Amino acid sequence: MPELGIRVLFMGNNLQRLFTGLWVTVRISLIAVLLSMVFGTFLGLAMTVRNPLVRVTLRIYLEFIRIMPQLVLLFLVYFGLSKAFGINLSGEVSAVLVFTLWGSAEMGDLVRGASNCVPKHQYESGAAIGLNRGQVYRYIILPQILRRLVPPAMNLTTRMIKTTSLVVMIGVVEVLKVAQQIIEGNRYTVPDSALWVYGAVLLLYFLACWPVSLFARHLEKVWKN
Amino acid sequence: MEKKEIVLELKHVRKDFGNGPVLKDISLQLHKGEVMVFIGPSGCGKSTLLRCINGLEGIQGGEILLNGKLISTENTKWSEVRQKIGMVFQSYDLFPHMTVMENILLGPVKVQGRNRKEAEQEAERLLERVGLSDKQRAFPAQLSGGQKQRAAIVRALIMKPQILLFDEVTAALDPEMVREVLDVMLELAKSGGTMMIVTHELSFAKAVADRIIFLDDGIIVESGTPEEFFTRQKTERAQRFLNTFIFREEKGGDEA
Amino acid sequence: MDTVFIKEYIPMYAKAAELTIVLGGLGIAFSLIAGLLCALIQYFRIPLFKRLVNAYIELARNTPLLVQLFFLYFGLPKAGIHFSSETCAIIGMTFLGGGYMAEAFRSGLMSVDKVQKEAALAVGLNHRQALMYVIFPQALAVSVPALCANAVFLIKETSVFSVVALADLMFVAKDLIGLYYKTQEALFMLVTAYLIILLPVSVLAAYLERRVKYAGIGN
Repeated sequence: MPELGIRVLFMGNNLQRLFTGLWVTVRISLIAVLLSMVFGTFLGLAMTVRNPLVRVTLRIYLEFIRIMPQLVLLFLVYFGLSKAFGINLSGEVSAVLVFTLWGSAEMGDLVRGASNCVPKHQYESGAAIGLNRGQVYRYIILPQILRRLVPPAMNLTTRMIKTTSLVVMIGVVEVLKVAQQIIEGNRYTVPDSALWVYGAVLLLYFLACWPVSLFARHLEKVWKN
Repeated sequence: MEKKEIVLELKHVRKDFGNGPVLKDISLQLHKGEVMVFIGPSGCGKSTLLRCINGLEGIQGGEILLNGKLISTENTKWSEVRQKIGMVFQSYDLFPHMTVMENILLGPVKVQGRNRKEAEQEAERLLERVGLSDKQRAFPAQLSGGQKQRAAIVRALIMKPQILLFDEVTAALDPEMVREVLDVMLELAKSGGTMMIVTHELSFAKAVADRIIFLDDGIIVESGTPEEFFTRQKTERAQRFLNTFIFREEKGGDEA
Repeated sequence: MDTVFIKEYIPMYAKAAELTIVLGGLGIAFSLIAGLLCALIQYFRIPLFKRLVNAYIELARNTPLLVQLFFLYFGLPKAGIHFSSETCAIIGMTFLGGGYMAEAFRSGLMSVDKVQKEAALAVGLNHRQALMYVIFPQALAVSVPALCANAVFLIKETSVFSVVALADLMFVAKDLIGLYYKTQEALFMLVTAYLIILLPVSVLAAYLERRVKYAGIGN
């Protein structure tokens, strides 16, 4: 039997459809990642502000976003916003919104952590060899922050890609939905297709995330020395 | 000295980490009650030698015998051998999650299955001997380097080993703490302990040793009493080594 | 907000929350066991098994739980392997969580200085005793924050259990939205339920992390 099932992947344009479905997920995560990097950087810098009101507000935002399951956040935006304010967002837009909110919170925390990690004497020794303020940041501080930031930011990207799989639950047609459609469409001709199609989806996600994880780990190792 | 029984014997020991031999052809005999001090330039293999003797490193050739029994075999029960050969390391390696007393009791209670009360009493006696009576309940992080190292010596002593190995135990200490550790070792030597010591402290070596072994490039270059070694070196290598030390001491005693 | 409606459906949420807590708790427990086992296999470098464990950890960490569950629940039966919804949920969580817990344990074990093991061997402990009395207690202290973070993460991941036909909190909320259009009430109770479950765990995790950080372990 199993020899038959794998056939379904190569029938018609099924494989291409799966890739297109995966792209929907990856596209949402990539947009959200890019936006998160921008907002997260501001957020991270804002968290170092002394104003207690700003800090407490940001803190509550951050904690709420991080403590809630991402699926709950998706429900809040997708079902809640439309009901409360009459804004009707498509599943995809809701997803980008939620993952940007969540990603910015995580990214903000990473930025804050990375910038706190550069010891004070680095600024001083930079100034001591005659660099001006801009040069100190350009040549000494930013490279160090980036080295601490990039690997975890890449890991955050893989987390986002994985988490984006949830959008199927708010009706976005992505790779899992396509998989369901393929399985349904071949229900009679290939009855055991579910094993192969869902196996393929698992593999596709793995292929999307694994290289990024490996690269992050590689950078971490290289930059440690 | 010649009359005393041989505790440890090395025959043509060779150690190779895979990129050329570190120890080439080491043969020596350690007698009961003898204090043997190894000196030599960094990387000459003296620490490796100690690590081979208690099985932290395997050897690629030759034999090591403890009380006439071959211990450098594939199926040596190292746990048993190590109860007879204690070791103190350079980086005060107390277990940070245990108090000083717990550190000391781990071996006697878990390995030797000794009565806890009895072991505790002995630990107290030993701690008093090294001047740490008040530190029984302290955690390693609360001790100075010298105190940690003295506690580590007690941890090795309580196993009642036949031989104690000291691997550069003062090398990581602040200068003002070196003395307190060396004093403990000197006292152990005087009371008849059988010891093998790797050190850079030449004046200490002179004071404590029955025999000095000068190692260079993985071989024993010279072996003799401290008196012989420090006044009439037989080889040019040993002379050169001692000269660099004297020179360094004149510059302020900094040894890398 | 319709308080009567909320009151009426509190028991339904409570029941769903119980499911989340029970399955989440079991999943975390099994993940810890699986993770520890994997970390020990890596630590002792057991040939072959080490490679299998490495491959497993990569797979678990680089695929979403949702897809793992689809594969377990809808895919495997086609190969003649049938699991109940609950079993699927627990297997899925253990598969996912085991990979994360293994990494947490592994980094803890790696953080213990090599000389600690040598010192343990030097007092005559065998390898097993050295691990048990000297290495593992120190490693655990380092691992605790990551283990706790993983536990919180795993409880959050339970929110996808509705796909394997379990009546969890998300399922109940979606049901109420679909049936009665009581969106605000349903979502309010959903958020509250998750806060009640997750806040204590997060606070405990933060507390443990601080305690470990300032415990003064390490010299």
